[in-house]
Amino acid sequence: MKKDRRQFLKVASLSFLGVAGSAALGPVCQAAAPGEGSFTTAKNALHAKKWGMVIDTRKFAENPELYNAVTTACHSYHNVPTIVENGMPSKREVKWIWTDGYHQTFTDQVDNYPSHEIEQRRYLMLCNHCENPACVRVCPTKATFRRKDGIVVMDYHRCIGCRYCMAGCPFGARSFNFMDPRDHIAQVNPTFPTRMRGVVEKCTFCSELLAVGKMPLCVEASDGAIAFGDLTDPESSVRKLLAENFTLRRKPTLGTEPSVYYIL
Amino acid sequence: MIEKVLKGSPPFYIWLLSLGALVGLGATVYLFQLFLGLQVTGLSRDVSWGFYIAQFTYMVGVAASAVMLVLPTYFHHYKKFKKMIILGEFMAIGAVIVCMLFIVADMGQPQRVMNVILHPTPNSVMFWDMMVLSGYLVLNLLIGWVTLEAERHQVDPPKWIKPVIYLSIFWAFSIHTVTAFLYAGLPGRHYWLTAILAARFLASAFCSGPAILLLLCLLLRRLTGFDAGKEAIQTLTKIIAYAMGINIFFYLLEVFTAFYSGIPGHQHPFGALFGGGHGHPLWVTTWMWAAVVMAIVSFLLIAFPSTRDNNSILPFTLIMLVIASWIDKGLGMLIAGFTPNPFEGITVYAPSFAELTISLGIYAVGALVVSLLWKIALDVKKEAGTF
Repeated sequence: MKKDRRQFLKVASLSFLGVAGSAALGPVCQAAAPGEGSFTTAKNALHAKKWGMVIDTRKFAENPELYNAVTTACHSYHNVPTIVENGMPSKREVKWIWTDGYHQTFTDQVDNYPSHEIEQRRYLMLCNHCENPACVRVCPTKATFRRKDGIVVMDYHRCIGCRYCMAGCPFGARSFNFMDPRDHIAQVNPTFPTRMRGVVEKCTFCSELLAVGKMPLCVEASDGAIAFGDLTDPESSVRKLLAENFTLRRKPTLGTEPSVYYIL
Repeated sequence: MIEKVLKGSPPFYIWLLSLGALVGLGATVYLFQLFLGLQVTGLSRDVSWGFYIAQFTYMVGVAASAVMLVLPTYFHHYKKFKKMIILGEFMAIGAVIVCMLFIVADMGQPQRVMNVILHPTPNSVMFWDMMVLSGYLVLNLLIGWVTLEAERHQVDPPKWIKPVIYLSIFWAFSIHTVTAFLYAGLPGRHYWLTAILAARFLASAFCSGPAILLLLCLLLRRLTGFDAGKEAIQTLTKIIAYAMGINIFFYLLEVFTAFYSGIPGHQHPFGALFGGGHGHPLWVTTWMWAAVVMAIVSFLLIAFPSTRDNNSILPFTLIMLVIASWIDKGLGMLIAGFTPNPFEGITVYAPSFAELTISLGIYAVGALVVSLLWKIALDVKKEAGTF
């Protein structure tokens, strides 16, 4: 009997504490809770059913300065850190758009006697914003997801840094912040958020600019060598280019359906 | 029963303290990783998983291997394993804890780990892996504790535990299958993209896990006099022999498909592992060939009864077998998955000092857990007269 009373008092006092505590903390919690989601779409925002990109590698070969113009435009605006080791790009570098050789870009095109000129060209690489993205499939937290307009984006605040998406992506499009990226940005662009160490990042197809009616930075800096538009619209610039030119996509046999096309 | 850990011999406490020191060392280095990021590891943009994930994979196998004792005991009523079964279950608990710690150690933002639960994503295999591993931990804690409690009171375990044990048998297969699916469903990673990977993982687990358990049992016999029983040991070595044979066979199946088909993408990872890259052998090449030699020698030694049942040869056989399977799964598996990289290049990866120290600390946690649990189990057995 004695024991029961003691137990009752224990439970009662704990319950009181709980009630009092939640009463006191209630307003605090409410204030800290996120507000009801409210956002508007800008009137001039650009829309598409499925965004896609066509890169005319001939124009880049004619005007090699474009490579640098395009990558710098992207990396400086998006606060992509420049990580070097002994004067060379670090193996822990972060990159959203970059160039490499023919065999590195089109690993499926194992021609033993390729055209000399084509083999000599440099090719731009970036996230392919696949229709069937492996990175989205494997992400355990939905930190990376595909928008209705086909753009694959990330929530850097939800990413747990497991890097499963990097193992999943067959294009090597993703970078991980092995260190604090802010120490490696020459000049921070205050209009775009920087990232923190321990999360993955990649190209966004400039979704933040499309939302305010602007084209992606690489497209703007390419002097017409990169076209960007709606792949589902037969009248779009990208579809017209695809209809008129022979194009390649990277690793098409893997079934991820890349949205980036290359005119050779 | 937990009070059993309070009454131990001085050497036991010295052992625990040494393990505690290793844990402390690992934890200290982990603090550096926490503040500096994963730049303290040898990982890179192209080889984005390494030693941690490899150890996780290997230890999932060790955890699952407890089923090699549980299955014969409960499905075939093989009584000889009854005496040592608790050791297998408790080792599985230590192994699962090690797995979880390796996953956390590998994360860039470990404080966000609960996002996996807060935003459950059934299309991600990693979500399922977290589920099955946690479930397996709970199952083994429950089964181990309840059966040991019954043994202490010298009564039969309660009836309701039987279905839980049956569930744990299937669950053990699931944890390693799901772990294999982490890899086997990724496009563009040729070394992993193979239907036989889960089967290969299970075969490798069912030889290496029992081998580790048996080595520890032999050590236990020297230290405490606990004898698992001659017949139990001989049966377990036979299980190890068959599993190792299947393990080697499955690996050779991979080699056949890659080289007879002649498809370059399938051959390249094998080429990198056993031949190196761009004409230079990689450091892992030496390890892989050593694994081949040790796998063959240990298999021959454990396949023939004359050497298998020889108590002075057996420990060496088991050590070779464990090292061979560890190199295959704990080094080669991850490195070959990322070599060549998506650009057909070779980025060399080697674990850093920090990575190895943190890993040592995590293994020490596992050893600590197993030491404490085994101490409880053995003391209970002494009391109950089943020692």
